Amino acid sequence: MRFFWASALALIGTTAIAGEAASASDNPALEARVMKISSELRCLVCQNQTIADSHADLAVDLRRQVREMLQQGQTEQQITDYMTARYGDFVLYRPPFKPLTALLWIGPGLMVVGGLATLFVVLRRRSRLADEAFEADDGDAPHNPHLS
Amino acid sequence: MKHVRYLVPMGILLILLYFLRAGLNLNPKEVPSPLIGKPAPAFALPRLDQPAQQISTADLRGQVWMLNVWASWCVACRQEHTLLVQYSKQAKVPIYGLNYKDERAAGLKWLSDFGNPYTASVSDRDGRVGIDFGVYGVPETFVIDKEGIIRYKQIGPLTPEVLRDTIEPLLKQLNG
Repeated sequence: MRFFWASALALIGTTAIAGEAASASDNPALEARVMKISSELRCLVCQNQTIADSHADLAVDLRRQVREMLQQGQTEQQITDYMTARYGDFVLYRPPFKPLTALLWIGPGLMVVGGLATLFVVLRRRSRLADEAFEADDGDAPHNPHLS
Repeated sequence: MKHVRYLVPMGILLILLYFLRAGLNLNPKEVPSPLIGKPAPAFALPRLDQPAQQISTADLRGQVWMLNVWASWCVACRQEHTLLVQYSKQAKVPIYGLNYKDERAAGLKWLSDFGNPYTASVSDRDGRVGIDFGVYGVPETFVIDKEGIIRYKQIGPLTPEVLRDTIEPLLKQLNG
């Protein structure tokens, strides 16, 4: 009996989801494209979500906008341009590379290179030092209370 | 000379602290609008009070005007509303309201309850004009010049300081 209710509930759940999707558009290929483009766009109301993920009113409207533009045969590039013209590069999860965003793109690389360079210099300097410059490791000590 | 080396990490830390401190003063909700300095998006929308009549951007050419995006469901709009009503009485600039994604009846009731600062309000029932203006957080206020160029955008409620220090001087400059 419990199983019956569980499956009944599960069934209600799935039909509800299917109903929501059908109301958006009957064309699964189109919906997939809408979702693909939406997942590259930031929802400005809830900034750490994409338009595809968000249930905010604005995100729903913008998904509708993307859907309509696709139905009119516009390209992905045209839709992206449309969004950035209104909301700026900030809506793009992958902002374009230009002087303003250069540090954003190359910053992590610069940090890795800087870190590796520092490490290299330090290690090289150390390799030239005589043994006396280092403290003895615990393992080398003649009477190590932890080991014996 | 050797001690100077130890000041380097300290210096890096201070620079880092400076940037972290500066970050505290930034509001991530305020995304700079790419529309500033660009022509205001054209619209032709029905008036809220007389839906048979339309107001279009072309009608508003030749004057400096403000566009205030509001809605009856918007809590922060209530916050700025008293100020806006007061300001409209000084009649320095026509304020047009964009009633964003709102029920007509609810919008009209809101205006009769709390006062109407607008020369006229237009209904953007499905939010399309809002998208054209890059609206994402109501209230928003735009200052538009005689040529129809957006000169300023306020995201979030207007404050007496913003009106006095930013909008007033801008209006003087645009009307001068």
